[in-house]
Amino acid sequence: MEALEKFREETRAWLEENCPASMRTPMPEEETPWGGRNAKWPNPDSKVWLDRMASRGWTAPTWPKEYGGGGLSKEENLVLHQEMRRIKARAPLSSFGIWMLGPALLEFANEEQKKEHLPKIVRGEIRWCQGYSEPGAGSDLAGLQTKCEDKGDHYLVNGQKIWTSYADKADWIFCLVRTDPTKKHDGISFLLFDMMSPGVEARPISMISGASPFCETFFTDVKVPKKNLVGELNKGWTIAKRLLQHEREMISGMGLGGAGSGAGLGGLEQVAKEYYGEANGRIASPSLRDHITRQKMDGKAFALTLQRSAEEAKAGQGPGAATSIFKYYGTELNKRRFELLLEVMGTKALGWEGEGFSEDEIAVTRSWLRSKGNSIEGGTSEVQLNVVSKRVLGLPD
Amino acid sequence: MALVLTEEQQLLRDTATQFFQERLPIANLRKLRDTQDQTGFDRAAWKEMSDLGFAGIMISEKYGGTDFGPVGLGLVLEQAGRTLAATPLVSTVLLCGSAVQLAGNATQRQDILSAIAAGDRVMALALEEGPHHNPTRIATKAVAEGSSYRITGAKTFVLDGHVADQLVVVARTSGGDNDRSGITLFLVDPKSEGVKVTRTRMVDSRNAANIEFRNVAVPGTAVLGSVDGGNDVLEEVLDIARIGLAAEMLGLTQEVFDTTLAYLKERKQFGKVIGSFQALQHRMATLFAEIELCRSVVLDALSALEGRRNDVPQVASLAKSRLSDIATLMTNEGLQMHGGMGMTDQFDVGLFMKRARVAAASFGDGNFHRDRYATLEGY
Repeated sequence: MEALEKFREETRAWLEENCPASMRTPMPEEETPWGGRNAKWPNPDSKVWLDRMASRGWTAPTWPKEYGGGGLSKEENLVLHQEMRRIKARAPLSSFGIWMLGPALLEFANEEQKKEHLPKIVRGEIRWCQGYSEPGAGSDLAGLQTKCEDKGDHYLVNGQKIWTSYADKADWIFCLVRTDPTKKHDGISFLLFDMMSPGVEARPISMISGASPFCETFFTDVKVPKKNLVGELNKGWTIAKRLLQHEREMISGMGLGGAGSGAGLGGLEQVAKEYYGEANGRIASPSLRDHITRQKMDGKAFALTLQRSAEEAKAGQGPGAATSIFKYYGTELNKRRFELLLEVMGTKALGWEGEGFSEDEIAVTRSWLRSKGNSIEGGTSEVQLNVVSKRVLGLPD
Repeated sequence: MALVLTEEQQLLRDTATQFFQERLPIANLRKLRDTQDQTGFDRAAWKEMSDLGFAGIMISEKYGGTDFGPVGLGLVLEQAGRTLAATPLVSTVLLCGSAVQLAGNATQRQDILSAIAAGDRVMALALEEGPHHNPTRIATKAVAEGSSYRITGAKTFVLDGHVADQLVVVARTSGGDNDRSGITLFLVDPKSEGVKVTRTRMVDSRNAANIEFRNVAVPGTAVLGSVDGGNDVLEEVLDIARIGLAAEMLGLTQEVFDTTLAYLKERKQFGKVIGSFQALQHRMATLFAEIELCRSVVLDALSALEGRRNDVPQVASLAKSRLSDIATLMTNEGLQMHGGMGMTDQFDVGLFMKRARVAAASFGDGNFHRDRYATLEGY
């Protein structure tokens, strides 16, 4: 306990000295620190902050030091996050490498691969994207067909991926490929390769929100060194599933609806008072007031469930059954929140661009459209309910 | 850590589980109903519950209680909910015991709390005056007459009011019918002259009473707490009861979920178990999620009481509205998924549905508590 308090003191002092002032302010979306070979730094402090944090391994605080991580215990990690929150420090790095690939590499990769890739992830030098879905393999992900042939000294990859987040900006891809066409789950392998390889092409897809965060990604005779296979040949599905867990955890946090998305407007009830009006201190529409209360209560109940799950894990009761509902519930909650915001704001949340709408108002419109994808990406709500039915409730096929 | 149980609490839960499964299974409720039992609960079992310390769970050791606290009481209520155990826990322990604990003077505490803990006294709170919970609309009047009072008015839905040895009556000593202030709590002997008790058999096979007071004389020593200041105590007492009822509803909801799930794995149609159909699987998975959230809010509300947090009113409303709504949903879905058998008296799911509705209507349903929550949160 004493050691932990000492750690807190040191951490506090270090953060105080090293976190630039502008990194203690809310982050505009264009300043998101994705890192990578082509990283842009509209605010130079972002780069300073990233490098300082990375030098201590604190972009990936719990990863082992030998791979560039911070080597912190769970308790120390908690202290670090508390201290960062205390000064409202931004996350130094936004990275699929840290959130998704890294944990999978730590568990499944060989020593050489860990030494090669993890430190670059920690330092934000390489930006990763995820090659999972295909036009014919969405919810039925294991039906993927991207072909990977053994050509003796290398693999040859041919096929197409879709919904590859930021493939046009990423440096490397972690990719599921078919290495045995006669089997389904047992014919999939987990491969890493450079997006600069000849034969790789990424085309952004225009989405209903007007943004293009996803790509179609085409592979035509892409040569991949054999050392880039993670785990055993045809055993990639195990890694894929584990990685999906990390992805779902990442997405389910959205139900709490803090960041981005017109957050400058305040909570639902404040927005309602402003845009709908109030009577005797109450939201003027009793019906809207009731809907908002339901939403806020569900949000509180969900937050308490995340907290309970964390407390159970800490008490050594393992991940409880509740974790299986997080992705489903969190995303549905987030979608409902945006539908409510639209009702509350009326035509002010129906602008597309230009005059007559504030930045926050436009952000609500765009985020409402974006939120529709929450219950599709990373396993649809329907797939999540299937998982709960079968794995948790034990209902048969 | 507030949302996980301590070892001591787990032990208490196991004791409670065993007691209710063995001593007060659903068959016990059916028997009370079918024999039109005069008391409406099993007095011998209540005595055993007090021996186990359940009756005195919120009462300090000084008065013979076990002082296990709200989380402990919540665990007992949850298990009572699983077997639909009819007991005076709500009327006597949650409502009247808490009122005396919070507002009683030394004499009142000594007399009443020790009697409750020993299982020797059943009490009832005479509060409601209409078909909807409305704790501030009190038309029943108590008029001062020297150092004593005369009470006149009509109360309804007084839980266990037909067998109570002593009543706590909510009456108006000043102000208009809808004023928050001017409310006073009185300890009243139901055998007093001018008190007329009519038993009302409720759909859940438990009992309440309509109680009429006609110019009933009560001494000044019968005032519980301060004159005109009863509302604050009442709100605190009601929040305890709301949270306790939420815990009971958590138990009954979980039980219906479990038995429905088992039925889906056993009932066959079209040559396979009906639990293999996605139309039912997704509804069960959704209910599972809702119940997980219910468990979190109930645990949080209980620990808010235990820690005397200042957001008790909010979390009480959160827990009572969510559990009222989800208990209603789960019992409706459970009945539907049991098909025609769910409509029979032989199957238990109907009994759970009936209890869920009475518990939901007690001390504010979802509508009442969403409105209250919004008001407390300032919108």
